[in-house]
Amino acid sequence: MSGVLAQAFTLVFDPYVLWVIVASALFGLFVGAVPGLTATMATALLVPVTFFMPPVPAIASIVTATAMAIFAGDIPSCLLRMPGTPASAAYTDEAYAMTKKGQGELALGSGLWFSMLGGLFGTAVLITAAPSLAEVALKFSSFEYFWLVILGLASAVFLAIGNPLKGVVSLLLGLLVSAVGLDNPAGFPRFTFGNAELAGGLTLIPIMIGMFAVSEILRSVSRIAEPWEMAQAKIGNVLRGMWGLTRRYPWQFVRGSIVGTAIGALPGAGADIAAWMSYAVSKRFSREPEKFGTGHIEGIIEAGASNNSALAGAWIPALVFGIPGDSITAIVIGVLYVKGLNPGPTIFMNNAPAIYAVFLVFILANLLMLPFGIAAIKAAKQMLRAPREVLLPVILLFCIVGSFAINNSIFGVVLMLAFGIVGYVMEENGFPVAPAILGMVLGAMLEENFISSMIKADGHILAFFERPIAGSLGVLALAVLAVTLVRRLLAARRP
Amino acid sequence: MVLWHIQSFPAMPGQKFGPAWFPGLIAAGLVLCGALLVLSGWRSGEALLTRPAWMSERRAATGVVAVVAGILFYVVAVDRLGFHVTGVVLLAVWIRLLGASWRVTALVAPVATLAIHFAFYKALRVPLPWGVFERWAF
Repeated sequence: MSGVLAQAFTLVFDPYVLWVIVASALFGLFVGAVPGLTATMATALLVPVTFFMPPVPAIASIVTATAMAIFAGDIPSCLLRMPGTPASAAYTDEAYAMTKKGQGELALGSGLWFSMLGGLFGTAVLITAAPSLAEVALKFSSFEYFWLVILGLASAVFLAIGNPLKGVVSLLLGLLVSAVGLDNPAGFPRFTFGNAELAGGLTLIPIMIGMFAVSEILRSVSRIAEPWEMAQAKIGNVLRGMWGLTRRYPWQFVRGSIVGTAIGALPGAGADIAAWMSYAVSKRFSREPEKFGTGHIEGIIEAGASNNSALAGAWIPALVFGIPGDSITAIVIGVLYVKGLNPGPTIFMNNAPAIYAVFLVFILANLLMLPFGIAAIKAAKQMLRAPREVLLPVILLFCIVGSFAINNSIFGVVLMLAFGIVGYVMEENGFPVAPAILGMVLGAMLEENFISSMIKADGHILAFFERPIAGSLGVLALAVLAVTLVRRLLAARRP
Repeated sequence: MVLWHIQSFPAMPGQKFGPAWFPGLIAAGLVLCGALLVLSGWRSGEALLTRPAWMSERRAATGVVAVVAGILFYVVAVDRLGFHVTGVVLLAVWIRLLGASWRVTALVAPVATLAIHFAFYKALRVPLPWGVFERWAF
């Protein structure tokens, strides 16, 4: 164990890796702070670059950039009333109201301070839970994996905000995309229309760049005429009063972190949904719920801790089962495969040093958030003045080249454009994109485990419930589906 | 509510799948969900297609069209013209259309293209096509 840790330390505290971490931190802060550029987009943009790095720095850059971006999303929430990333949307109005009252420092500071604490909390859970889960997962057969995937897909639909039916449609479209190509149990070319590019299946990275970066650019371009106005130009000491807040609202912080980690670990929902949930929970159990919405710090503490802890929570199922906890880890899983760090329970035996290095990076990134965050808040004025009309085109060209670089094929660019438009149209019409991504990532796994289970069971459906763990997972998955269905029916009854 | 996804239905049945259950199941699910969505959309009486607000706004609409057209242009032109020409042209058009001044455009377009060239071609060894500049490649 200590040998592994020592190896992990040498992997992380290497000048090159540290340099990558610092650069990604700056990148993440910038992307997070500029409204319209999201943490998922930061990940998608990093992938073409990490493609050419060794495994540990590649993962480190994604971990650091996303952690920074989720915090930095709070900055424009406070100053512009525009969330920098969707994860800050839940408490944007609250934070802006605080700034209006002259409490901008307090809002920004608690965003930073509780983001760091929440991130560390989620990391602690990740470090303790993942290896023990992996030991259980070692005994899993195709039946258990099948139900696990179903459970993941079901919870993605369950957690889709708004219309679960649209979540299902999105999920099915994702599964359909995963069915393209030769790569299925029978090795039969499906949906290829005789096209050689399609035979290998659709490459995920250009699709992700399209759905998360290009669609986001389209949205920003369509709103380019809306001006940005800063509510407060001068920012003082942001850390003043943080210790007092921590002592005054310890339970809010812990509850936010627990909810965040749990939502993050559930497939299909990430930091943004965690923040919405935690904000709602905070209001529900607050002693002064009437103050919510008028510039009250309580909800910001709870949701701010929640969205950063969700980031780490999402890595639990991603590492142990290869099932992404949110759209960021959906991209990460692709990177892990490319780097030869195939996710699954055996990763803790075969690649222990690398995994412990990832854990270390998580801790490091959250600690670095404090000094870097303070600097980012100080520089907020300059960052938010970055001209969008220049920024968006440059990012777009970067996306094009990045999609091309994955396979050195122009087909990647076509995919990127197609899925960029699809993603934009879906989001604009209330279809969540996250279930579609989950479907694409998990489609192959679902089919493979289903087919091999069917072959083992010789076509008997009941065999899916015969093994104890498989049986309970199966019942759980069906229960989640049933609850979603019932809730939907009730909602339809009540006009 | 826009029921755009219905258009994807006709493409699915009639395919020769090896293991047909998987796409078949998905197709069945899509048909079902589509029907439910049509039903609820019809019941709520909203318009079948709504135009997003930006379409009536000139600067935004040209921007969106330019983004899509620009990427298509890149796909068609990059092998013949090379990355550098295409990149500079595209950036210039986009930056200018989104409302920056000519001075900014003239400065940023070539600099950003060169920066991406060095990041990807030199540092990451991605074979970006040279096109018309083939013989001056460096």
